Amino acid sequence: MENILKVPTMAELFAKGEQPEVLFWVGCAGSFDDRAKKITKAFVKILNKANVSFAVLGTEESCTGDPAKRAGNEFLFQMQAVTNIEVLNAYGIKKVVTACPHCFNTIKNEYPGLGGNYEVVHHTQFLKQLLEEGRISMQGGKLKGKKITYHDPCYLGRANDVYEAPRDLIKKLDAELVEMKNCRKKGLCCGAGGAQMFKEPEKGHKDINIERTEQALETEPEIIAAACPFCNTMMTDGVKNKEKETAVQVMDIAELIANAEDL
Amino acid sequence: MQYIPNILFALVFIGAIAFFVKNVKRLARNIKLGKSIDVADNRPKRWNNMLRIAFGQTKMVVRPIPGLLHTIVYVGFIIINIEVLEIVIDGLFGTHRVFAPLGNLYDILIASFEVLAFLVIFAVAVFWIRRNIIKLKRFVKPEMKGWPKKDGNLILYIEMVLMLLFLTMNAADFKLQQLGAEHYVQAGSFPISGHIAFFLDGMGIPTLITIERTAWWLHILGILFFLNYLYYSKHLHILLAFPNTYFGKLGPKGSFKNNDAVTKEVKLMMDPSADPFAAPPEDAPVPEKFGASDVKDLSWLQLLNAYTCTECGRCTSECPANLTGKKLSPRKIMMDTRDRLEEVGKNIEANKSQFVDDGKQLLDDYITREELWACTSCNACVEACPVSIDPLSIIMDMRQFLVMEQSAAPSELNNMMGNIENNGAPWPFNQMDRLNWSQE
Repeated sequence: MENILKVPTMAELFAKGEQPEVLFWVGCAGSFDDRAKKITKAFVKILNKANVSFAVLGTEESCTGDPAKRAGNEFLFQMQAVTNIEVLNAYGIKKVVTACPHCFNTIKNEYPGLGGNYEVVHHTQFLKQLLEEGRISMQGGKLKGKKITYHDPCYLGRANDVYEAPRDLIKKLDAELVEMKNCRKKGLCCGAGGAQMFKEPEKGHKDINIERTEQALETEPEIIAAACPFCNTMMTDGVKNKEKETAVQVMDIAELIANAEDL
Repeated sequence: MQYIPNILFALVFIGAIAFFVKNVKRLARNIKLGKSIDVADNRPKRWNNMLRIAFGQTKMVVRPIPGLLHTIVYVGFIIINIEVLEIVIDGLFGTHRVFAPLGNLYDILIASFEVLAFLVIFAVAVFWIRRNIIKLKRFVKPEMKGWPKKDGNLILYIEMVLMLLFLTMNAADFKLQQLGAEHYVQAGSFPISGHIAFFLDGMGIPTLITIERTAWWLHILGILFFLNYLYYSKHLHILLAFPNTYFGKLGPKGSFKNNDAVTKEVKLMMDPSADPFAAPPEDAPVPEKFGASDVKDLSWLQLLNAYTCTECGRCTSECPANLTGKKLSPRKIMMDTRDRLEEVGKNIEANKSQFVDDGKQLLDDYITREELWACTSCNACVEACPVSIDPLSIIMDMRQFLVMEQSAAPSELNNMMGNIENNGAPWPFNQMDRLNWSQE
């Protein structure tokens, strides 16, 4: 029987006159996508275990506007942004953590110009910080010696120069980190960014996620680690396309840690 | 009579410089057709970027082989310009090797020019082989057919010929110095041409002088021709890489600029005291066009980017869409922008400094919608560019035009945007169900 998750909302805490240490921005994928919800829960389990004071916006959260902006609908993006900023500012939010690099990038880089100024961290950065502060411990355990390759999400890596936090976490799990031929600054996109997630690709000779999955499978990993719900979907589809889903798992860094700790 | 060569040289030199200045003015006028943007911020960081990326070639050497070869040609270009200065002074005043009194330093200079010239010939030969024999993928993409291919090779031929003329000139000079010819001062050290001078063995002083003078003239005429060729070729990067890296984007690559015109609209919509029925005042300016459908809708920096592009194709070779066979090529976005800008520039010249609508635009006539919609905004092209060009920003501005001015998004994207508008998520889920995961 799983432990019951403790997921306080900002509204509840606000009513009690409390302010959490950090707001967990769940994002649309993390809220609604069946696969991504597991990542959300894994991350919450770790937050609970580490006794992090956090809250979510719950029904007061709305799309950051990232896919609208990248699709060219600047108006819809800014409407989303200013309404979200009003909510965040009304609660006096100072720090935001999110498991989605797209939400991370948008809130961190594009909200300040519209009046939303927060310290924004990606969950891999946050987890690494928890580890450094001794608030979580990682033994590796089940993942010891497992071959893991890490896929850089564009909006975490190239877009924001976060390359090492996720890798440091994988190494802490005592797993064997193997790099793909395109990694870090040269990481190949999974094919979902720029609103591609929501449309069919243009005509070509291959889908981008298949190309990337092939690169990942070349390293003969047991696990493909991702740090973005959209990359996760694309890579999972790619692995299924290659009929490797029994041998290779696609997992988020938060799930790796939660699993290793038997949470 | 003895001044005729000097007068001739002065005329040619002034003519070449004047023609070059004329083209620089055209270039500046075309770039200024772009919208203004603020780049006065953060000067130290900008200088640093220019020094690192353009002077220091830091992004060229990400790919070691072309990086090293390019560095040779680049250093050659910078250093050998000292020699060009001497040639110009000699040409104007009838002196010969006017810097010769520098003594040992002069020997070192000439020797290093020679070594560089030799290395440049080697590098250029390898470049030619990569383009024409090995046919590296990025040099044979569809946008590289015709003039771009010729242009690339022509530049290599010119550089090769210039270096060979330089060495021939020195070899003849070396022989003339050995023979004690009048006017040929004993100066310079010739580590390369000294070795090839045996070709000239047994020739008399008059023949050698003819060879030396011919090589000298062809060399400087070639350089002046090359200077003026720049504007018509992809080779402008040797000048524009410097301003382009200075003005290039600062801050995180994932940060896309917010459209201020839209912010104004949004603020108005959110303002409870704004009168929803208010008619705009009669003298109100025409509302700004959203996004870009032609070059004049882009910023001057994006236009400078287009002129700076030297069509190396590193962007395209890293583009996930291009790698998987889609039509999108970030290099083509830059080439199209430049071609259209040139067309607009010529239109302005032909119509007394006034652009007359030619029924064409950058969108559709140059860049197709299929290309624009294939982009994943992954920033691989931006990261790959050795001179800080940002093709992604043009793609995003053009998408903005398609969606906000023409409502011409692919229907699946319209569904996605409709969902965001109605229920705050790209999928049709109720916002009230957003926390359901915590109970599942």
